[in-house]
Amino acid sequence: MNKLKKRLLSVLLLFGLMAGTVCGCGSESSKSPNGKLYVYNWGEYIDEDVIQEFEEETGIDVIYDMFETNEIMFAKLAQDTSAYDVVCPSDYMIQKLIQNDMLRELNFDNIPNSKNIGEQYFVQSRDFDPENKYSVPYCWGTVGILYNKTMVNDTVDSWDILWDSKYNGSILMQDSVRDAMMVALLKNGYSLNTTDPGEIRVATDDLITQKPLVQAYVVDQVRDKMIGGEAALGVIYSGEAIYTARENPDLVYVVPKEGTNVWIDSWVITKGSKNAENAEKWIDFMCRGDIALKNFEYITYSTPNDVAKENIEDEDIKNSKVAFPDLSSFPTESYKYLGEAGDRLYNDAWMEVKSADY
Amino acid sequence: MKLFKSKRQAGLIASPYMAWAFIFIVVPLCMVIYYGFTDSAGRFTFDNVATIMKPGYFKALVRSIELALISTLVCFILSYPLGMILAGMKLKKNAYIVTLFILPMWMNFLLRTLTWMTLLEGKGVINTVLEFFHLPTISIINTPSAIVLGMVYNFLPFMILPIYNALNRIDENVINAARDLGANTLQTFLRIILPLSLPGILSGITMVFIPALTTFAISTMLGGSKILLIGNIIEQEFTQLYDWHLGSGLSIVLMIFILINMIVEAIYDSEGGMRR
Amino acid sequence: MKKVLTRIYLIIILIFMYAPIFTLIVLSFNSSKSRARWGGFTLGWYINLLSDEAVASALINTLTIAVLATIFSTIIGTFTCIAMIGLSPKLRSVIMGITNIPMINADIVTGISLMLLFRFLHLSSGFSTILLAHITFNIPFVMLSVMPRVKNLNFYVYEAALDLGANPAYAFTKTILPDIIPGIVSGALMAFTMSLDDFIITYFTKGSGFETLSTLIYNEVKRGIQPEIYALSAIIFVVVLALLLIVYRAPQAKSKEK
Repeated sequence: MNKLKKRLLSVLLLFGLMAGTVCGCGSESSKSPNGKLYVYNWGEYIDEDVIQEFEEETGIDVIYDMFETNEIMFAKLAQDTSAYDVVCPSDYMIQKLIQNDMLRELNFDNIPNSKNIGEQYFVQSRDFDPENKYSVPYCWGTVGILYNKTMVNDTVDSWDILWDSKYNGSILMQDSVRDAMMVALLKNGYSLNTTDPGEIRVATDDLITQKPLVQAYVVDQVRDKMIGGEAALGVIYSGEAIYTARENPDLVYVVPKEGTNVWIDSWVITKGSKNAENAEKWIDFMCRGDIALKNFEYITYSTPNDVAKENIEDEDIKNSKVAFPDLSSFPTESYKYLGEAGDRLYNDAWMEVKSADY
Repeated sequence: MKLFKSKRQAGLIASPYMAWAFIFIVVPLCMVIYYGFTDSAGRFTFDNVATIMKPGYFKALVRSIELALISTLVCFILSYPLGMILAGMKLKKNAYIVTLFILPMWMNFLLRTLTWMTLLEGKGVINTVLEFFHLPTISIINTPSAIVLGMVYNFLPFMILPIYNALNRIDENVINAARDLGANTLQTFLRIILPLSLPGILSGITMVFIPALTTFAISTMLGGSKILLIGNIIEQEFTQLYDWHLGSGLSIVLMIFILINMIVEAIYDSEGGMRR
Repeated sequence: MKKVLTRIYLIIILIFMYAPIFTLIVLSFNSSKSRARWGGFTLGWYINLLSDEAVASALINTLTIAVLATIFSTIIGTFTCIAMIGLSPKLRSVIMGITNIPMINADIVTGISLMLLFRFLHLSSGFSTILLAHITFNIPFVMLSVMPRVKNLNFYVYEAALDLGANPAYAFTKTILPDIIPGIVSGALMAFTMSLDDFIITYFTKGSGFETLSTLIYNEVKRGIQPEIYALSAIIFVVVLALLLIVYRAPQAKSKEK
């Protein structure tokens, strides 16, 4: 209630100050003895309490923004790399950021907790960050199909089911170029990093044929729409599986037999960062066992943090094949940055799909 | 007239705005044109503007024009009778009643669109009610109809207001004179009322057509990102694909449409100054 | 018969315009998160809303920008309108032509053009860029409603006041200002409305960590709508309704005095 009074007062004050200067305005009024930190993360990808804890412990004022897709994040940073200090993109996008010289090397002396991250994840990271200089893994997972048992009677084990006209209007596709293309490429048995125009053509045509069946192209909305029973099938990240099943027990997550993309989202610091020290503190904080555990329990995305994993109390989740999938049980591949020409190929294809008839 | 000692004094008072308009209106538009006609290396090119002729882009443009035209037409059909009724009421309390039709405009544009999202969804409010009465459910969310509905709902006040204003301004005596001279109701309407309200109609058409043509929020929210409009493409070029040159080039195409609209209006709209 | 038909038509349109809003208001009291089920009456979403920092700061940002933009644009717009009578017709039409651009141009073009400018000037986007953008698109609305008043001004009274020994400033406030005040008020009101309602231009000129209500809702739509937003829209609707009643009551009371 006190907060409310304060807020009301500040509104009144603001109106009083209106005639005054523009600069004096309240937007930047919060006190921050140890400076600020601009964090740019995926939507619903952190336990908000963790942010508060970080602020309390360090005295750093966190400005927290969210992005929907890697591409949106890139466009924002490309405009101005100093817009954010610490960002959490996926593998292939980190590669692109590195190649465009938009990241700053990390000083691991300031991130001692990075030792909590399992060695294999750093090894895996070398695909996009060859010397492990720029990134610290935050979450990892796969992409699969989430379906509603009460609405789907077939066995769901292949991406093909997303082309089944029985489910007309009940299919949710990802509204992001790589994830959407991946589905069609894998369905045809191609690599999800292909730059072969012929293969991309086939995948594009497949997506265009699929379009009338698709209810909507969405990103974060898949979760709520599936929980609400708006759709029967949806392409979704593995991390949502536990949460959605908890909210709606009819929902089941499957990785199709054709395989999937295995991804890692890692923290990186931008080249133009004005608060790099704070950013390192942030990364270190995120690597702390208890914090990583807290985040895991809230967002339910697989954590690469060994300490956190050890401390998961729920044995079912700890040994869950959904939370920590056995990657040898299905074919896997990771996205790679395909260069400007490759990007253009994919973007043009996606543009064609999006502008096709519905 | 002695309000100002000299032209220079008047110029001095107007100069802050002239500077403002130059920096924030003229220069930015020049920048759009610059980006639109250059490539990433800064060389002059027509490619960005010409991209509109590529199949996907052209399709989106045609679709946008279609939906904008339909929305404008629906708005007009709904607004004109309404304008006549309102103007005919001649009540002292006119202001209240007219305000009633503009009030939703005071709510945020996105809230208004959000409303329809909630109503139209597969398991949304309308379908729940229909199901309760064992009636067939509707599924227009993520179709062009939903987008048109969203546009009409959002932009209807922009049509009502100028039409009402124009109709309200018509001198009663002119109509009476026409009647006295033997014109029947239809003739009075076609010869007197319609032509006199034309500036209002044109104004309303612009106010609805332009935002409907260029929207991206309505199509994203009510079209499930399935239906790509030209506004969506331009938005994507800036926020996702990071191609300012192409985005600007496509904006120039939009500006051409707006220019045509302006010319049409300049020809008819002799009164001016009554928009919104 | 005709009267009945017109009544019915009015009512249908009103239902079309208000039914959606009332549905939202009803949903804001629904304890179930689902839109399809009525889970009982609750004020929980309103309570959540009050403790929601993000919404509070977005609301404050929106209001601050709307008020500041209205003040600046009203001042600049009014003075420019008055100065216009002293300018040559040619210059006048040039200014009016430029002023018309942001009104006729699509919001998306205005938005990106300003974004390009701010990037070019290395102006870090946020509060100040949004404010500059809002002032820019508000000035035309102010000028549009002040201009007709200025055109109809009677300067003889002003000159008479001068002849009778009033100094120019005094004569101005006593003879000219009262005549154009209604135009200024309606222009300011229009500017305020446009500023509150704007999404597209704000979307392109906002920077990191700064949200207004529109951009906040847009993000929320993409992530999944929380019922708090319904509560918020209900509050906004009621406030707007109250404001309008006040605005329309005020001039009427005055005219009665006369």
